[in-house]
Amino acid sequence: MIPPEFEYTAPESVDEALQALTQGGEDAKLLAGGHSLIPLMKMRLAAPSLLVDMRKLSDLRGIERANGGFRIGALTTHAQVSQASELGVAAHAAGKIADQQVRNRGTIGGSLAHGDSASDMPAVLLAAEGSVVARGPNGEREIAATEFFQDFFETALADDEMITEVRLPAMDGWKFAYEKFTRRAEDWAMVGVCAMVRGDFEDVRVAFTNMGGTPIRASAVEEALRGQGRGAIEQAAQAAAEGTDPPGDLNATADYKRHLARVLTRRALEKAAAA
Amino acid sequence: MSSTVGVRISVNGEVREHEVEPRLLLVHYLRDRLGLTGTHVGCDTTNCGACTVHLNGEAVKSCTVFAVQADGAEVTTIEGMADGAELHPLQEAFWKNHGLQCGYCTPGMIMAAADLLQRNPDPSESEVRHGLEGNLCRCTGYQNIVRAVMEAAHSPQRTTVGPPPPEKPEAREEVGKGVGA
Ligand SMILES: Cc1cc2nc3c(=O)[nH]c(=O)nc-3n(C[C@H](O)[C@H](O)[C@H](O)COP(=O)(O)OP(=O)(O)OC[C@H]3O[C@@H](n4cnc5c(N)ncnc54)[C@H](O)[C@@H]3O)c2cc1C
Ligand code: FES
Ligand code: FES
Repeated sequence: MIPPEFEYTAPESVDEALQALTQGGEDAKLLAGGHSLIPLMKMRLAAPSLLVDMRKLSDLRGIERANGGFRIGALTTHAQVSQASELGVAAHAAGKIADQQVRNRGTIGGSLAHGDSASDMPAVLLAAEGSVVARGPNGEREIAATEFFQDFFETALADDEMITEVRLPAMDGWKFAYEKFTRRAEDWAMVGVCAMVRGDFEDVRVAFTNMGGTPIRASAVEEALRGQGRGAIEQAAQAAAEGTDPPGDLNATADYKRHLARVLTRRALEKAAAA
Repeated sequence: MSSTVGVRISVNGEVREHEVEPRLLLVHYLRDRLGLTGTHVGCDTTNCGACTVHLNGEAVKSCTVFAVQADGAEVTTIEGMADGAELHPLQEAFWKNHGLQCGYCTPGMIMAAADLLQRNPDPSESEVRHGLEGNLCRCTGYQNIVRAVMEAAHSPQRTTVGPPPPEKPEAREEVGKGVGA
């Protein structure tokens, strides 16, 4: 499949890239790893007039520990994130994205900007209470995960903004697991569950992949478990699908997704507790 | 037609320069412009891995990379794996272990396996199976492919597994280098 024609530029700096994006108007798009955008273009579901390739923006690659947290450059690939075990659940979940080839190309910034709630990093960002840093013509702003994801493929990013950095708090003392259920190896999650437990259930966080238009925190499960112990997991996981309204799709009906959410929540919490 | 862009790509150690349309996919550049037809197109949807090549030393699905994205980079295809008449240890192991039947998936399998062995020189069988999950084979049932990769991992020529390291992987910095540093 041949994508539609487009103009192409590969600027040397973030400022130049932002300028090109603004000048290119509403049909201009950033290109990071291209592993969401190129398939869409091949299917003719996207037809940008201009692609602003970020590949020369080497400042946006890499991971740094700063102020009790991590700064991950937007262009850092899933493969690189998966190897940075100090990132905890983010590294663990990044290693479960698709396959090695896709992880070698896809980037954390692209994954979040794309806003697909079937992708794995959005739920991780939400559970870890992280944020993204976006730059646009009017400067820089930090957007919390709770504000960032708005609906199916909709984020708080403006058309002329670029994610430059992803911020994750260092989750020292937290144990974690990311459970992902797929129909075939290398697929997107039918449902994914990110579970994090601090100490002896002093605090608990659970977030879902693909249970709605955005990643979702399972507050009912979290409340039922906080201050409890491992013995309470089975019961608490029953509340996992409460308040969710997942869309059915080719692979799973809404009911089946709710069932998966309960089962995977239990498994993820058991694994996190045992970690 | 949109304007063309000049690309300079080192393919199997030889620098190639062409004017290309930005929408030209790397796999089509390799096959149609350079005549390197060892890289196959199976699905064209990033699933099957038949189009796997190395870009700056890492396996990628070249049906989902624009040739312009490889400008300034090093590309290794299956044609770049043998050393003259001497097969690469992975090629040798696929041949000896019947790791192929129709052979359609084989170039991609070998390039993916080379990436795997670079990352994990001593994989378990299960790690090989998981490591190759981005590559589909419709013939072999995978059994002999896994056997071949295990054998190549432990071959005496093991040190030569994997294509030559990239000379200067442009804009590809190590994790940990630091954001904005
Ligand atoms: C076969 C296959 C299987 C996959 N399976 C999974 C999976 O299991 N789990 C999963 O999470 N993902 C999966 N993916 C998606 C993959 O992780 C993508 O790489 C990722 O979602 C997008 O990142 P990218 O860098 O490739 O972005 P691109 O495709 O380059 O861009 C995606 C979108 O984000 C915009 N964008 C990119 N970077 C920025 C930025 N820094 N600031 C602002 N906007 C930006 C682009 O303009 C575009 O609209 C899969 C992809 C494929 C092809
Ligand atoms: S042809 Fe590229 S993955 Fe199948
Ligand atoms: S040998 Fe025929 S597809 Fe693998």
